[in-house]
Amino acid sequence: MKRLLAILPLLIVVVLIQLLCTWTGTQFYLTQMTMAAYYSLLIIGLCVLMGYAGQISLGHAGFFAIGGYLSAALTTRNLMPYRQEWLVRFLDAGGLLQSGKDMYGADLLVVWPWAAAIFAVLIAALVAVLIGIPVLKLKGHYLAMATLGFGIIIYRLVLATPWFGEADGISGVPPFELLPGLVVRGDVSGRVQNYYIAWGVLIFGLFLLLNLIHSRVGRALRAIHGSEDAADAMGVNISRFKLQTFVLSAVFAAIAGILLTHFNGGIGPSEAGVMKSVRYVAIVAVGGMAHLWGAMIMGVLLNFLSLRGVFGSYDDAVFGLILILIMLFAPNGILTLISRKKEQAPEPAASKDEEA
Amino acid sequence: MVKNSILKKCNHEKGKGMKQMVSKVMMGAAALSLMLAPAAWAENIKVGAILAVTGPASFLGGPEARTLEMIVADINAKGGINGNPVELIIKDSAANPEKAVSFAKQLIEEDKVLAIIGPSTSGETMQIKKIAEDAKTPLLSCAAAEVIVDPVASYVFKTPQKDSDAVKMIYKEMNKLGLVNVAVLADNTGFGKAGAEQLAKIAPEFGIKIVEKESYDTKDSDLTAPVAKIKANKEVQAIINWSVAPAQSIVVKNVRQAGWNVPIFQSHGFGNIKFVEVAGAAAEGVIFPAGRLLIAADLPADNPQKELLTQYKKNYEAKYKENVSTFGGHAYDAMVILEAAVKVGGNDRAKVRAAIEGLQNLPGTAGVFSFSAQDHNGLTIDAFQMMTVKDGKFVAYNGTGK
Amino acid sequence: MTTELFVQYLFAGITYGSIYAIVAIGFNIIYNTTGIINFAQGEFVMLGGMISVSLLPYMPLPLAIGLAVLITMVVGALIEIVFIRWLTSPSVLRMIIITIGISILTREAAVHIWGDNIRSLPYFAGNEITTIGVLGARISPQVLWVVGVCGVMVCTLHLFFKTTSVGREMRACAANRTAAILCGINPRNMVTLSFVLSAGMGALAGCVMSPITYTQYDIGTGLAIKGFTVAILGGLGNSGGAVAAGLLLGIIEAFSVSVVPLAFKDAISIAILLLILFVRPHGLFGSGEAARLKAF
Repeated sequence: MKRLLAILPLLIVVVLIQLLCTWTGTQFYLTQMTMAAYYSLLIIGLCVLMGYAGQISLGHAGFFAIGGYLSAALTTRNLMPYRQEWLVRFLDAGGLLQSGKDMYGADLLVVWPWAAAIFAVLIAALVAVLIGIPVLKLKGHYLAMATLGFGIIIYRLVLATPWFGEADGISGVPPFELLPGLVVRGDVSGRVQNYYIAWGVLIFGLFLLLNLIHSRVGRALRAIHGSEDAADAMGVNISRFKLQTFVLSAVFAAIAGILLTHFNGGIGPSEAGVMKSVRYVAIVAVGGMAHLWGAMIMGVLLNFLSLRGVFGSYDDAVFGLILILIMLFAPNGILTLISRKKEQAPEPAASKDEEA
Repeated sequence: MVKNSILKKCNHEKGKGMKQMVSKVMMGAAALSLMLAPAAWAENIKVGAILAVTGPASFLGGPEARTLEMIVADINAKGGINGNPVELIIKDSAANPEKAVSFAKQLIEEDKVLAIIGPSTSGETMQIKKIAEDAKTPLLSCAAAEVIVDPVASYVFKTPQKDSDAVKMIYKEMNKLGLVNVAVLADNTGFGKAGAEQLAKIAPEFGIKIVEKESYDTKDSDLTAPVAKIKANKEVQAIINWSVAPAQSIVVKNVRQAGWNVPIFQSHGFGNIKFVEVAGAAAEGVIFPAGRLLIAADLPADNPQKELLTQYKKNYEAKYKENVSTFGGHAYDAMVILEAAVKVGGNDRAKVRAAIEGLQNLPGTAGVFSFSAQDHNGLTIDAFQMMTVKDGKFVAYNGTGK
Repeated sequence: MTTELFVQYLFAGITYGSIYAIVAIGFNIIYNTTGIINFAQGEFVMLGGMISVSLLPYMPLPLAIGLAVLITMVVGALIEIVFIRWLTSPSVLRMIIITIGISILTREAAVHIWGDNIRSLPYFAGNEITTIGVLGARISPQVLWVVGVCGVMVCTLHLFFKTTSVGREMRACAANRTAAILCGINPRNMVTLSFVLSAGMGALAGCVMSPITYTQYDIGTGLAIKGFTVAILGGLGNSGGAVAAGLLLGIIEAFSVSVVPLAFKDAISIAILLLILFVRPHGLFGSGEAARLKAF
């Protein structure tokens, strides 16, 4: 209940932003706010992994790409020519396919987005388990290298596989009808609705994670982060908690990938790139490693600015600079600096979680 | 440095917005009132450009952005189009499709541009094709892949020549030389991918057989091993190296260093003298189709493109102290087409679109454009000329290959 | 497979391999004295190539290379002094992120200084089409330059650490920092020196390989990832292991071309690394013990 109250100001801010944008006729800001919210979903998941479980991942763009690419590939692959094959007929009979038309009016028979999304999340979770079991045994530089390597493999695979569109990526991804009348899509008419879908998902994710870190799991994670040996001696099943957090953050990344891909109508290999993974780590670091609110605010802010092209050709340079400055002067996150200077941080809950 | 001024300009233009956005999140929603809609520029002709100025495709987006800056300055110096100044908004996507999507929506809905030039890569173009079509905003892509205009979307155009025409030029030449079995090496960009597809599709028409096929990364720094593999296949009579990235020069070098004197054909992605310089002596004798920009000075005086080509080359090289490339030319053409269309259709998206379809015999850097409702590329195979490298320079190929 | 093809693959592999090994040794030198992995290692290679190309119009080639190596060494020292020297016992995570940041900034500085064009030094001997025959295979003489210079660098480094007093002091810091301080060695200077050394090595490798591979502002990241892979494969801190692992990885990559499409080359080398990390977390040639002793 306390957590619910902490979320309330955020909800109010979200609604206020939308109303203000509508009143001032600047609704176009909502497009990038929506995209930034999806990236932030990945970032808060990564924040729990890095800040609370203490495990760095330089390969989270890989999970984002698994989600986005699988759902994109399944929902764009036209099964019309294969409709006599038993598998296609079986899927069709099971209600897992949907028909539609592409932008030139040709008939399409593709996998139902919900089925594709569930499949993509399951695969991402499965990959996370398979990779996580051996990888999370590693520490320090070895862990960094292993996760980086995982990210590179995913990047290379999407870049070399015709099914994933190679360098062009996948375009023409259809809208995703979450519930009747609630559709993830990118056109102007769905803008306000999609803003609320994205923020609804993000706030729900944040709520889940806030609960998690204040539960038994969260305490165990903090114990692990403090000292693995001590936690082990206290009977905390370290590898299980680490793995669960890893899988959870991978699922968050995959969901973000799926929804953003449907919103954008496509995905390209850059989403799987090493630079993306580095960026996510950077944003978590800027927000303050073990600071969910900080990670979310920074995730929204920096992605929003970047997606609007505010940094122009200095986009990467700005990220690099922020990264260094924060790590040198405020390794606990930028919000620690601000809250020290003036006590008007936007969310009152921020300082509370920071102590945790 | 003049070259870098564009990089800087991309930043300057949004500096104000950034401060506003920072304050917004810091101080809450109250700051939003600062961001009222930008003042209306009723008479300005707003042109948006989404280009990969930095990032992995900067060798395309860089010259494109510089070219656009130059030509727009020229147009405005002459009093604009129909007396209205052109306002150019360049967005650097760094070849990220998700940024291209964001920028396209921003340019269309927020900046309310008349048309969008770019993106530089085919992947990005395909991602925003539907956005431009739905928003009824003309999109003039600088990427080559034919899927951009085939099937035709009514608002989407492209300025580079057709891949299939380049393939036909190469295959015709191979037929003349009696070469049948080829090895295809393509880079892993959208350009390389599209080229490799066209090469495979058209090969039977000309009786060509593709016996080896590899794709390399644009960042590959040594390709001795794949070249050795292809060389070991004694059937190979010629190499087609289809790429737009600097790595294509490495292929050429590695082939010659392997002591292999096989004929090498390249694509129109070779149209940057930089690639010849770094390949040095190995580039001699490479045969490729390209637009006439590269040999502007050698063209006969009655060529309809001659005046425009020599002028572009002279101005660009004087302004930026670097050699002109066909890539920058694609952005040049986009602006030339847009200028001609605005003269007819005025400052109106639908009318400009219709005007582009009506353009006939318009000389550009890539060729002479004649659009129609079915043809949104406007170029024919005549836009290409076979060229070769002689003494480190591009010269017209006269058909006396090895 | 014919002998000719075999030798051709082998030489291709040795060429990549020796470059990987040099970058990996650069990682190791810094790792040994500081315990951190410098993700900006690849940028030293880029800087060496870029600076030497820029200097070439004004001076003869050997001088341009020498000066480029010196300038890069100064850059290495500056990076250490500005970003790292004054941090007290930073965490591994923090250092990883800082060096990644340095790498990004160096790259962005390079693109704004030199632009996005590719550059290269001229071939040291002959030109782009000169080849020499080895057992029926044809290779560029520059390959011999690369392999030779890398070999000389490794040997010199080995001698430096074994015989000179500064080298011994650096090893002392690596083995036991506290004991080294007690012996009157200033470990901070040794850390700076390790940055200077690895910057110089990277820069020289960047110059020698530039005719073959070209230099562009963004080649650093790829090299750093490969170098990091090799350093871990050989056992962190183990330079002999790095040489062996570098050559091994290069040769595997070269021969992999004959079995799988080139597009999967990187995926394969990384997958091998992951497998080795899972079964032998201390790398192929490093043992847990050796890693603790941090032998050069």
